[in-house]
Amino acid sequence: MLYREAGQFKTTYASDQAIFPILQDRIGLGLIIVAAYLIPLTHNDFLINAVMIPFLIFALASIGLNILTGYTGLLSLGTGAFMGVGAYACYKLTSYFPGVNIIILILCSGFFAAAVGVIFGLPSLRIKGFYLAIATLAAQFFLEWAFVRIPWLYNYNVSGAIEVPQRELLGIIVTGPRATAETRYLIVLTIVVAMTWVASNIVHGRIGRMWMAVRDMDIAAELMGIRLLPTKLLAFAVSSFYCGVAGAMLVFLWYGGAESTVFSINQSFFILFMVIIGGLGSLLGAFLGAALIYILPIVLRFVPPQLGLPLNAATVEHMTFMITGALIVLFLIAEPAGLARLWQIGKQKLRVWPFPY
Amino acid sequence: MGALYQIFIDPFVQMGTAPDLFVQTLWEGLVAGVLYALIALGFVLIFKASGVFNFAQGIMVVFAALTLVGLHSAGVPAFLALGLSIIVMFGLAFAVERVVLRPLVNQPDIILFMATFGLTYFLIGFGELVFGGDSKIMIAEELYLPKGAITFKALGGIVSLQKLDIAAAIIASIMVAGLSIFFSKTRIGRALRAVADSHRAALSVGISLEQIWVIVWFAAGLVALVTGIMWGARSEVSFALEIIALKALPVLILGGLTSVPGAIVGGLIIGIGEKLTEFYWGPLIGGGTDSWFAFVIALVFLLFRPQGLFGEKIIERV
Repeated sequence: MLYREAGQFKTTYASDQAIFPILQDRIGLGLIIVAAYLIPLTHNDFLINAVMIPFLIFALASIGLNILTGYTGLLSLGTGAFMGVGAYACYKLTSYFPGVNIIILILCSGFFAAAVGVIFGLPSLRIKGFYLAIATLAAQFFLEWAFVRIPWLYNYNVSGAIEVPQRELLGIIVTGPRATAETRYLIVLTIVVAMTWVASNIVHGRIGRMWMAVRDMDIAAELMGIRLLPTKLLAFAVSSFYCGVAGAMLVFLWYGGAESTVFSINQSFFILFMVIIGGLGSLLGAFLGAALIYILPIVLRFVPPQLGLPLNAATVEHMTFMITGALIVLFLIAEPAGLARLWQIGKQKLRVWPFPY
Repeated sequence: MGALYQIFIDPFVQMGTAPDLFVQTLWEGLVAGVLYALIALGFVLIFKASGVFNFAQGIMVVFAALTLVGLHSAGVPAFLALGLSIIVMFGLAFAVERVVLRPLVNQPDIILFMATFGLTYFLIGFGELVFGGDSKIMIAEELYLPKGAITFKALGGIVSLQKLDIAAAIIASIMVAGLSIFFSKTRIGRALRAVADSHRAALSVGISLEQIWVIVWFAAGLVALVTGIMWGARSEVSFALEIIALKALPVLILGGLTSVPGAIVGGLIIGIGEKLTEFYWGPLIGGGTDSWFAFVIALVFLLFRPQGLFGEKIIERV
């Protein structure tokens, strides 16, 4: 009964074209954001540190990949490596400029990832589909190798890992082992909300239309005057920027230190699953996919003890793999367009409830 | 100057002065190439017949090898275990067709590709659950695979060839020859190629898609089993194989996605190139180049010849 749009008249083109044309949606979104900002009040360290922070970071990475794969139709398996570029760039930047605001550096590291992404995106003009996916695998393996074999990247550490130094902002410790989960969460949340807003504006605007035209049929797009190379490279750049920022946040605001294995091919697949399950070409889908793929294993770990089943950790781990795999197939069969589409169908049903249509 | 000398002159001087070492490296590359080619062959089979880019081929190799070893360690005689593994691979092919492919008929390629991702994860979890995640030793002796090495003096040094590698090369060639005869001479082979050309046209002349898919996945499963045995005998059976199997992808790019001989030639080029680079140029840039060399070669190659060495030219119809 709450979800009725009766009486909400559109009197201007702008209101008709709005991303959230229904008042209830806008209220709902506002409530979700307010609730997200209120979570630190619970002081629940597990919820904040082990669930919300990684969820938001993976959601941002999924948005990045979604821009490339969902909106522009270029399949990429190099997400993990691009995230790694962001993380290592941020590490180098903060060791060269220890006085600069760390949040600015996290955002700046995205530009390094974008530059690397553009280089590895160059083949996309000539090749597409699976061939491009394999080309991005080259990025994945080459960069992963570089993270190990170029000691300059981790300041010649003996351990070969990057460790996040302590950085303060307005007298509050934001990174390093002494930063509180609440502070880190609020920073992650703010960055993710801001960047989602920017992404939403990009994909709904001229650039987004260009990307979608290229995705739907690149030859037709070219005939309509869209220059393919700049468009595809822009998609690579923006996508890698988002992944790079996500990678920098992953290390600086969540792990607190990382080795190259964090950015392995499995990370790339993980993000790709989120995008596919969430729904290609949907920002909401990036969040839903990240929630499902990241939070599902956590839940699965808690279910057997609740039911009184004596399963050991290894078995649960294997079961998680199996269930994830089965779910991917199941979702593809049931709804190839992903969770975002399910949400839309549900919304449509709600609007006309209790009538079928 | 010094760096240029190290890159362009030194390695060749080394090759010239120690030809036995060069031949040994070449041989190792060749063997690695044969194994890459075997995995690539499984990809090509499925891609040719169903247009599905089967990402799960790597895990199928691991799964087949694990089944064999697992059955044997459960007390089943080696050759019975081999037979049972073949039956398991058939069961897998049947299940994949029934559960994954049939409901996804007519979906875009990328969705099917994703489905094989899901299959990969499922098989990883299932394999670890049933057989355990630790690495195992392949039952090479029980399957009468030769052991030891042939060493002979040549080119002023000693070259040693593992008998197992020779056997792998022979078995691979037999399999490739068998498959090409199967593809070109038999009724089912012709049906497979018809399906590869056009699903709809094949259906209209009365070819059963379901049957063809089961057959082709079963064939890929058999290839996976052989690959698993060979690779497992060389090192061990573990899930790390799955990442190595990704190397088959650049092999495919080089050879062309639809070409069986392409898979072989591509495999050999990648295998040899990778070993030579690692041996002669690797130390200059810190070693470990074989993790990415194949992919970068494929990337460069793609820029100039997107369809691969032997692939059919990609024609875009509007």
